[in-house]
Formats: sequence, structure tokens, C-alpha cells
Amino acid sequence: MEVEKLKAIAKELRIDIIRMLAEAGSGHPGGSLSCIDILVTLFFHRLRHRPADPNWADRDRFVLSKGHCVPALYAVLAKAGYFSRDELLSLRKLNSRLQGHPDRHRLPGIEASTGSLGQGLSVALGMALAGKTSRKDYRVYCMISDGECQAGQIWEAAMAAPKFKLDNLCVLLDYNKIQLSGAVREIMNLEPLLNKWRAFNWNTLEIDGHDFHAIIQALDDAERAKERPTLILCHTTKGKGVSFMEGKWEWHGKAPNREEGERAIQEILAQN
Amino acid sequence: MGAKATRVAFGEALVRLGAENPDIVVLDADLSKSTMTEHFAAKYPDRFFDMGIAEGNLVGTGAGMALAGKIPFICSFACFVVGRFEQIRMSVGYSRANVKIVGTHSGIGIGEDGYSQMALEDIALMRSLPNMVVIQPVDAVETERAVEYIVRHQGPVFLRLMRQKVDDINPPDYQFHFGKGTVLRPGKEITLMATGGVVGNTLKAAKILEQKGVDAQVVNIHTVKPLDREIVARIALSQGRIVTVEDHGITGGLGSAVSEVVSELGRGRIKRVAVEDFAESGDPEGLYQKYGLSQDNIAAKALELLQD
Repeated sequence: MEVEKLKAIAKELRIDIIRMLAEAGSGHPGGSLSCIDILVTLFFHRLRHRPADPNWADRDRFVLSKGHCVPALYAVLAKAGYFSRDELLSLRKLNSRLQGHPDRHRLPGIEASTGSLGQGLSVALGMALAGKTSRKDYRVYCMISDGECQAGQIWEAAMAAPKFKLDNLCVLLDYNKIQLSGAVREIMNLEPLLNKWRAFNWNTLEIDGHDFHAIIQALDDAERAKERPTLILCHTTKGKGVSFMEGKWEWHGKAPNREEGERAIQEILAQN
Repeated sequence: MGAKATRVAFGEALVRLGAENPDIVVLDADLSKSTMTEHFAAKYPDRFFDMGIAEGNLVGTGAGMALAGKIPFICSFACFVVGRFEQIRMSVGYSRANVKIVGTHSGIGIGEDGYSQMALEDIALMRSLPNMVVIQPVDAVETERAVEYIVRHQGPVFLRLMRQKVDDINPPDYQFHFGKGTVLRPGKEITLMATGGVVGNTLKAAKILEQKGVDAQVVNIHTVKPLDREIVARIALSQGRIVTVEDHGITGGLGSAVSEVVSELGRGRIKRVAVEDFAESGDPEGLYQKYGLSQDNIAAKALELLQD
């Protein structure tokens, strides 16, 4: 039942993402659609949080390091009650709190200002380290992209988290295998990717990032790991749920026009 | 006169303040013996984190700790930590993270290590971020008072420190007034406005000028940003002549900050004494001579400005 609930929310939020992007006329549908199932599972199944009290000191934290996929996060935050869903359509417009990339200063629920790839994991690490230092039991989740793993700072953070035994840190890698201008393996190959994280002494898991059972199971497993941070390699499909976007690098950073948006929404509605 | 490096005074202040404030945490990048955070590390091992030679992650981790309520001091040589400008601009500045960035070994005054370890662009970079405060104390007592202030200040700060020993300029009971220039020596004809390790040479330059019959005022600017516009404007409108002196590149530092105020006023004239090239290895005194930060050159620039 839990999984059915999550599925229904994800379907609804995929539509929100398409509406937002079509209205904004710019933004990143591909990676937003590839990570939405994971975000839904986190926010509606796992995170200890209080949308009405976003600065609650003991809350679990979620950092979206791949900041360009913020439409997915806005959809989740609005659905959870951090702000009104009407506000979603202000994405990327002048005076909006919904910046093109996340701005924690403007919008409650955003934990870190990101968008310059490679930085969010370090910020999440700092939050986890502060939690350990203060003997607080909150957990920190961070979503990174595959292309982002080309940034050196990711590996600086990957080295540091095991040193400090941050078992309160869980990284979700949205492995959709496509970046702005092409296939990750052609732009700058990352394989063997899971072995790299293993070699850095992380607890590693590998799942289908669109399988809610698998996501829940992996999050459970991550919580059981002691004295080590966890990296969950989530195999996903770029543009998941919209046939003409799936697996296409062209839809990394291009918004659908009205007609395309309508077509995408009809397709999503027709799915189980 | 005692002589102590500001980085040493910083290390001592951290140990003292660490006892009073449990939220203070210190992060370093394998330079704690040089940045003097090793004393804090020895006293409070649970609140000290060596991040290794990975300054991008140093900045980001500090930001995350600040966003979780800590008061992190992230420390390295100024060129290495400020060199991670993109991380500072996003994860600290734009994020409004309460991070205290401490850069030691600033300027050519470090001497023999040469240009790769000399921060000469750090003030320019940090000054460009809207919410970043830039403080450069002149001596040990000012460093101690400044660090006390920085702990209380809500928001990001860049504290620029020196490797070399500097003479005590201020009295032991000195009070630190954030954002205010301090007159170290009164004078009526021209003002020498300096920051950091070159304030000593600037005071000596005022003596040279005195011997030549010129009554020069010396002002110490410990808070480079926000700059004390009031004192700059007062001098520009009264004396009309200011020489700025700094161990930093000629672009974007104190000289630029003062020039901005003077040019907006449309009154007063300025000459900038600063480093105009990449510099090199050598003894600090010799470097100050070669790159124009000697008392003789400061005095000569003041005379040029008076004769213009």
C-alpha cells in the first residue's frame, strides 16, 4: 500500500514538473524526471521532517547537489506542504522564490543553495559532521548526478566522509547515464563507478531507481550500516515517464513547449 | 615592543574562545602547524577536523557545518582557501553560511616560499561578494579582539593574517571597532592609509616625511570591507590627498576600495602603493624594497602626490 501511495504521488508530481517547465519555458526535465521517484520516497516515506517548522533542529536533511533538477524538489516540497502548490508556476520568473537553481535563503525546505555542480555533497558532509559532533541523530541525504562525479570536489568529499565515519550520511547517485551534451561514457567515462566508491571505503548499494520497493529497501539497508557512509547507485532513465524524452540528451536542459507539455501529461496520465 | 605574528595571536585566541563557545569548530587543510590551529586541535580534538589537502571540500564542509548551527573557522594559506572562490561564492556567500574563512601567509611578506604561496588577489576576490566581511588585523592585540568580534558576527567573514612577526602597534587595552579606521598618528597635510603587515613601514614613512617637513597622518584600516567611508570622505574633503599601502596586488584591494569612495565623492586624490607583479622568492625585507612596500618608497609616493 505504501508503494501504491508513493507511485500515485510520483505520477502526480511528474505532471507538476512538466507544467512548471512548460510555463517557465526553460529548465531541466530529463534529470528531474529521472530522480523524482527517489525524492518522493524520501519525502513521503523516509525523512523525519516538519514542513510547518522547516528549521526544526532535529530534522533529517536533504541536499540536492544536482541543483538543476530542482523542479522535482519544488514539486515534492509543495506537495509536502512547505509552500502552496500554486506557487509552482512562478518557477524562474522575476521575484519568484522558485529560482532556476535552489536558493535556501529564499525558500523554506531548501537546505543548500546548489547549482554549481560538485559542491552539494561537501555541504551535506558538513551537516552530517555537525550532527555527529553535537550527538544528534538526524540523517543527511544527498542526491548527486552521474555527470557531477566528473568534478574533483565529489572525490574530495568521498575521501572525507569515511574518515569521519559518517554513517548518518546517505548519498543517492541518479545514474541516468546522460549529461548535457551526450552520453556520460562518451563525455568522460566514470566506470567502474561503483568500484570507485567502494575503493573510497563507502558502503555501496545498487538498485533500480524507479522501483519503490528497492528504494525503500536500500534506504533501510543504509540506516543499518555502521561507521560508514552509504552510496546508493540508482539506475534511472533520463526523462522517465515521457516517451519522447526518455534516454534523450536533447531533453537535459530544454523545456517542453505547450503542445509537447500537453502530450507529456496525457502520456503520464495514461500510465498505471 | 613585543613582536608576534598575527597567525600566532589567532591560534591563541581560538583556544581561549573555544572554551567559552562550544559551537566553535575548526577545519584545516594539513597546515595546522602553520595556521596555528594545532593548539585548538590539541585542546579540543572533537571539534577539530583535518580535511587534508582538499580545499574545495574544506569550504563546502565548513558551509554545511555552519548551516547546521556550528561556527566553523576554515583555515589554510590565504591563496589556497580563497583560491576556491567558486565554492566560497556559492556554498558560503550565496548560501549565507556563517563561515569564518581564515587565510594566513598573505602577501609577499612571507618571503622565501615565493609567489605560489603568496595571496595577492584574496582581498579583491572576497571584497566582490556582497555579504563578505574582510578583516586584516595589524598586530597581535587587534587580532585577538577581531577574532572575538568575528565569533559574534552573524555571516561570512574573511580574516586575512600574516606569517611574519609584526611589532605591536596598538596598546594592550585596545578596543576593536568593526568597520572603523583608526588614526595611529595624527597629521594635517596628507594621509597614509594602510592595512596589515605594511602598517609598520607606513609609520616609518611618516617619520621620513616629518624629517622633510611634511605632517602626515597614518590611518590603519583593519576592516577593508565594509570600508570606513566616513573617514575616507572626511580626509578626502579636508586634506584631499591619500596614499594607500597594502601587501596585496594593486587591483581590487584597499587601494581600489578607497579609490571607489574618492571617485564617487569627486574630491580628493589618491596614490596606491601595492604589489604590481607576480613577485618572487626572497627575504621579506628585500621583497618589500623591490616591490615598493619600503618606507622610502611609501614616503616618495606621498611626496609625489603632494607635488602633483
